[in-house]
Amino acid sequence: MGSTVAAPGSLADPGALSPPAPSGPTRVTLALRWLRRISGIVPFAVFVTFGLLLPMVAVAVGAFQNNDGGFTFSNVSAATHGIYLKGFWQSIILSVISAVIPGILGLIVAYAIFTAKRAQVLRQVAITAAGVFANFGGVPLAFIFIATIGSSGLVSQWLTSLGFDPYSHGFTLYSLIGVIIVYLYFQIPLMVLVILPALEGLRPAWREAAANLGARTFGYWRYVAGPVLLPSFLGCVLLLFGSALSAYATTEALTNGTIPLTSIQIGSFLNGNVIAGQENIGKALGLGMVVIIAIAMVFYVVLQRRSAKWLR
Amino acid sequence: MAALARGSTVWRWVVLLATAVYFLLPLWAALRFAGVSAFGSVVGESGFSSSLGLSVRLAVITTVITIALMLPTAVYVHLRLPGLRRLLEGITILPIVIPPVVLIVGVLAIAPGFLKGTSWLLALEYVVLAMPFSYRALDAGLRALDLKTIVEASSSLGAGWVSTLGRVILPNLRTALLSATVLSVAMVLGEYTMASLDLFQTFPVWIYVNSQTSGQVSVAASLLALFVTWFFLMIITVLGTRQSRKTGGGEVTLFTVARTETRGD
Repeated sequence: MGSTVAAPGSLADPGALSPPAPSGPTRVTLALRWLRRISGIVPFAVFVTFGLLLPMVAVAVGAFQNNDGGFTFSNVSAATHGIYLKGFWQSIILSVISAVIPGILGLIVAYAIFTAKRAQVLRQVAITAAGVFANFGGVPLAFIFIATIGSSGLVSQWLTSLGFDPYSHGFTLYSLIGVIIVYLYFQIPLMVLVILPALEGLRPAWREAAANLGARTFGYWRYVAGPVLLPSFLGCVLLLFGSALSAYATTEALTNGTIPLTSIQIGSFLNGNVIAGQENIGKALGLGMVVIIAIAMVFYVVLQRRSAKWLR
Repeated sequence: MAALARGSTVWRWVVLLATAVYFLLPLWAALRFAGVSAFGSVVGESGFSSSLGLSVRLAVITTVITIALMLPTAVYVHLRLPGLRRLLEGITILPIVIPPVVLIVGVLAIAPGFLKGTSWLLALEYVVLAMPFSYRALDAGLRALDLKTIVEASSSLGAGWVSTLGRVILPNLRTALLSATVLSVAMVLGEYTMASLDLFQTFPVWIYVNSQTSGQVSVAASLLALFVTWFFLMIITVLGTRQSRKTGGGEVTLFTVARTETRGD
C-alpha cells in the first residue's frame, strides 16, 4: 500500500482545496499544480471524449460531408424532404401524443398515490412498481403486447368472442396507435416518478390558506396549485417527449421497422437496408434528432427554473 | 367535509384499480399466451445459451469497467474538484438525452479497426450508456458520507490513496456500488438498439430474431427477461429504502436519483 502521507497532490492535501497564494508561485508551477489537480479525472475525460463526444462530433460533421469527405448540404436537404421529413413529423406527432396522454394520466395516478398519505404501504408499493415499470421497455414489452392485443392476442380474442373484433374495425397493434398504447406502459410510470416530487412540494398550508380565503377545491386548483404545478408538469411532459422520441427497440420489434419514424430510419441506414453511398443521410437525420431534443431540453431547463421558485 | 373525504377515497381507488388492471392485464395475457410448456422449451431453443452468454459477459465487462472508471472519478471530484460536480452531472446525464440510435451511428463511424466488430466496443459504449445511473448512484452515496473527514482520518493514520479507497471509502459505499452494479446489469441485459445495429446477437436481439420461428417462445423469453430484470430492480429499491432510512440520504433508485439532477440541486 502507498506510504506517502499527504504529499502535495495526494488525496487529502487540504492546501489543494484553497486557492494558491497570489504572490508566491510562478505561472509554471501554478499550471503544474492545476494539471495535477485535474489529473484525477483524466481517465474519465478520455473515456467520455472517445465514447460520447467524438461520436457525436462525427455525426454532426458527417451530416455535412459527401462520400469523398467534401462539404455538402445534400444530406441535410435529403433529410428534410420526402420520406425523411415525413419521418420527422410522424416522430414528433407520436412523441407529443405519447407525452401528453401519459403526462395527464400519470398526473392523475400520482395524485391518487400522493393523497393516500396515510396508506404508507400503498405508497411504497406504488412507487416501487412505478420505478420498475418505468424501466421496462424494448423488445420484451413489444412481445407482451403482441400476446395481449396482437392479431391473435388474448384480449383481442376475448373482444372477438364478445362480438367486437378490433382488427376488423381498423385497429392494429402494428401501427402508430399501437405504438402509442405500448409506450403508455412505460411513460405513465415515468410520469408518476418525476411528477411526485412536485406534488409533494405543494404545502398543506397553501390549501388551508386558500380555504380560509373562501376558495373551494376548484378555486384552489385554478389559482394556487395549478399555476404552481404547471411549470413542473410541462417540464415532465418534455422529458416524456424526449423519451418517446428516442425510443427505438419497442417500435422496431412491434412493427418490424415498417413505420416511418426517424429513429427507425436511422437504424435502417446501419442495417444496410438502404442504397450504399447514402450513409451520411443517416447522420443528418441523427443531427436533426439531437437538435429537436436540444430545443426540448432548453425549454425543460427554463421550466425547471420556474418551478424551483415555489417547489423547494 | 367527511362526505368530501369519502368521495375522494372512492375516486382514488377507482384510479388505482384501473391503473393496476392496465399494468397487470398484459402480463397475465402474456403468461396465458405463452403457456407453461413454452417456458421449458425456451432453454432448449437454438441460440438461447449463446445469446444469454454474450449478454452476461457484456454485463460483467461493463460493470467492471464502470466501477473501475466511475468510482475513482466520483470520489476524486467530491474531494478535490467539488466545483466540477455540476459539470460531471451534466455530462453523465447526456447518454439519457442522446438517442442511442444516434450515438451508435457516430460510434461506428469513428471506431478504430481493432475495436470494430468486437464485443469490447459494445461493452465500452454500454459503460457510456450506464453512466447516468452509475454516476448518480455513486454521487448520492458519496453525498451521504462525510467524505473529507473520513479521508483525512484515514490519511492521518498513514493510509495512501489505494488503501483509503479500498478499505475506507469502498465499504461505506456498498449500497451505492450495489445499485450502480444492478442498474448497469439491468441496462445491459435489456439493451437492444446498439446491440442489434452493431450486429451482435445479445439476449434481447435473440428474442426478436427467434420470434420468426416461434411467437410463443419469444413471449415466454420476454417474460423471463422481464422477471429477472424486475427482480434486480426490486432488490435495489428495497436496499435503497433501507439504506436511506439508516443514513437519511436519498433513495438510490434510478429515478429518484435522476430527479435530484433534473431539479438542478
